[in-house]
Amino acid sequence: MFEGASNLAAGVDKAFDFIFYISAFFIIGITGFMVFILFKFARKRHKQPQQFRGSVKLEVLWTLIPTIIALLMFYYGWQGFKPMREVPKGAMEVNAIGRMWEWEFDYGNGKRSKELVLPVNRNVKLNLISEDVNHSLAIPAFRVKEDVVPGYKNYLWFKPTKLGDYDIYCTEYCGLNHSGMLSKAKILDSAAYNQWLAELKVTKVLPSSEGLALMKKNNCLSCHSMSGAKVVGPPLNGIFGKKSLVVTSSGEKEITIDEAYLKRSILSPNDEVVKGFPAVMQSYKGVVSDEDIQKMVDYLKAQDAE
Amino acid sequence: MDNVTTPSQENYLNHKTGLWSWLTTTDHKRIGLMYLYAIVIFFLSAAVLGLMMKVEKMVPGQTIMTAQTYNAMFTLHGIIMIFIVVVPGLSAVFGNFFLPILIGAKDVKFPKLNLLSFYVYIAGAILGLFSQFAGGHSPDTGWTFYVPYSTTASSNVVLALTAAFVLGFSSILTGLNFIVTIHKMRAPGMTWFRMPLFPWSLYATAWIQVLATPVIGITLLMVIAERVLHIGFFDPALGGDPVLYQHLFWIYSHPAVYVMILPAMGIVSEIFPTFSQKPIFGYGAIVVSSLAIALVGYFVWGHHMFTSGISYWSRWFFSFLTFIVAVPSAIKVFNWVSTMYGGSVDMKPPLLYAISFIFLFMIGGFTGLTLGSLAPNIQLHDTDFVVAHFHYIIFGGMGFAFFAAMHYWYPKIYGVMYSDRWAYIGWGVLFTGFNILYFPMFILGIQGMPRRYFDYLPEFKTTQMISSIGAVILFTGLIIMISNLIYHRRRGAIAPQNPWHGVTLEWMIPSPPPHENFDEVPTITEEPYTFHNPVTK
Repeated sequence: MFEGASNLAAGVDKAFDFIFYISAFFIIGITGFMVFILFKFARKRHKQPQQFRGSVKLEVLWTLIPTIIALLMFYYGWQGFKPMREVPKGAMEVNAIGRMWEWEFDYGNGKRSKELVLPVNRNVKLNLISEDVNHSLAIPAFRVKEDVVPGYKNYLWFKPTKLGDYDIYCTEYCGLNHSGMLSKAKILDSAAYNQWLAELKVTKVLPSSEGLALMKKNNCLSCHSMSGAKVVGPPLNGIFGKKSLVVTSSGEKEITIDEAYLKRSILSPNDEVVKGFPAVMQSYKGVVSDEDIQKMVDYLKAQDAE
Repeated sequence: MDNVTTPSQENYLNHKTGLWSWLTTTDHKRIGLMYLYAIVIFFLSAAVLGLMMKVEKMVPGQTIMTAQTYNAMFTLHGIIMIFIVVVPGLSAVFGNFFLPILIGAKDVKFPKLNLLSFYVYIAGAILGLFSQFAGGHSPDTGWTFYVPYSTTASSNVVLALTAAFVLGFSSILTGLNFIVTIHKMRAPGMTWFRMPLFPWSLYATAWIQVLATPVIGITLLMVIAERVLHIGFFDPALGGDPVLYQHLFWIYSHPAVYVMILPAMGIVSEIFPTFSQKPIFGYGAIVVSSLAIALVGYFVWGHHMFTSGISYWSRWFFSFLTFIVAVPSAIKVFNWVSTMYGGSVDMKPPLLYAISFIFLFMIGGFTGLTLGSLAPNIQLHDTDFVVAHFHYIIFGGMGFAFFAAMHYWYPKIYGVMYSDRWAYIGWGVLFTGFNILYFPMFILGIQGMPRRYFDYLPEFKTTQMISSIGAVILFTGLIIMISNLIYHRRRGAIAPQNPWHGVTLEWMIPSPPPHENFDEVPTITEEPYTFHNPVTK
């Protein structure tokens, strides 16, 4: 396996190599033996097939040997896995939040980042939190992976042992942009990490409002940004009162974004879709009360009035 | 026994004619053929989906389809391949056609139930297709329907779930029918241990179908109830438990893997003796290992969930049992190889496919051990390594056994021969394409490439490209192989009753078999695979 960059890599790689070499030995050995048989006992050379039906001695032998090998493979796998569940005391804790379709890492005190930045050679425990569906946080270079399941307190831990940038993937299918749910783990030396953390701005929380809380609760912001960034759906900031081209079943038309349109877009979102975006939103009919919809629409309206 | 049968002789194909006689038939052979045609059509459609996904991934970024389409495609590919092609596959086609003949019976125990199973199957398959086109989005949950995504996704999940539910019924009914048939319909003198190995494997399979399928049925109903009535079984937002769903799903879907592979093992166990003109090596060991696989296979489902947050000791337990269930498969491999040892081996197309089965199955099996091992699993879980592994098992195993069976029994089914030359060419292209397609996916997985990814990082570019080229080659091989069989259906040379000099009962009756298989019910007086006069011309 390619070079690991955490304390857990050695255990994983040892078990993997053990299984790999034994497998290669048997696959090549048995295939070679079959080729030998096909040659030696080919019908044109061997006209008198023997008629034996088995051998107890051989059966016992090839039951016992595979059992022993299988148990050894199991043992190595278990040994490599054991430390993964034993989080050392004093490990620094970071909350890893998964939502459709991004990662966010919370270092406490309102300090959050989209990339996982960690100091080298320090034990870190990631508490895995899902805000919507199942995800799975995987960092192949560290040989760690654990599902991020809503309602579950899953975790993983490791000690990064090398400086550098490493890919983070979501490995549990989570919908449309699953393959875009990527991030990086940046491993810095201790001083650089402290400086980075000190300079990390406390995430600006948008003016508190019931409407915003509702939008978060219903995962609107997973697909619609409030920063103007194009995610899956159109951004929601600065849109009220603007004109927009939408696609309907009977063609394109221009509409003005008003209260009625916003409400329609929540209840039957795919009837009038802003041009250039996919018609993939689910209807919130029966999911969100009319009262709550009004609060969200009011929030968007108030935002743009500022 | 090489008396040539002329096609004008009365047989099950010309016993009655016309479409209606087929649609209302209770002849197990005709039902087997109807399954065959349905399954081949579905298999080819799902293979085209697979090919398109591979073309999409030939280069990074969006090329021929959007992410939404890609997600719907791997979902449909999985649903068709698993529920419509592979789970029924060998049992419904070759089990139906050859089980009664191999045990010396005139039909299955419940012929009308057998026809009903077929129509339930067709209804399920049509529902599955309907879910794709019935307004709204095609389902995009993956064939595993994991909650909470499947309970919240805006696509037609309910229809797809209903389809899988209905298909489950077909599977249960076929299983039930086979169990009773094997218990009650064996010819005089055919004791349990004089029964050939393909019926044995069908027997083990049928028990899994009967006992495990209801679990998936109820689970899918629970998801439907959750979507429609918002009952909180699985969705944490409603107070449910998403991991409970995974348990219930895999309690069926892991044993289902053995529903796919056990009949495949049975088929190659028929082929090795015939083309070696030598008894199967270790008959008893193969029987016992089939039953052991069926039994232990129930208790390893948790290895699909090693990263889901299940407890330390349940991971330990499931990993341990996963290694135990590997042993009977290893025993079988040694027995098959030893069957050829000392024989007079004739490398005809069916044997070539059976040998490729062993090779591909070994790669699939050993990579399965890598995945069953706790520490490597953490690295490989939900990556392309898993995708490669189960395609080696299901396609390389079950698929190649299907092709082996097709080439082995083709002369019996149709009474004509295909071209050996084109069968070898088709095999060569198929086998090459298969390995170029799937082997690189092991490497991708080891490097961390997740499965079900529409797009990928540039570092995977070259390997993805190689794999995609393999897909095109593989598909070409499939076309060559199938064309050879279709072309010779009407034009092939008349096949003798026993072209391969086999000694099981299907070779004792004319090709194609008569309407009621046997004019006179045979009496069995000896162990199967007894070659009194091996033919080594």
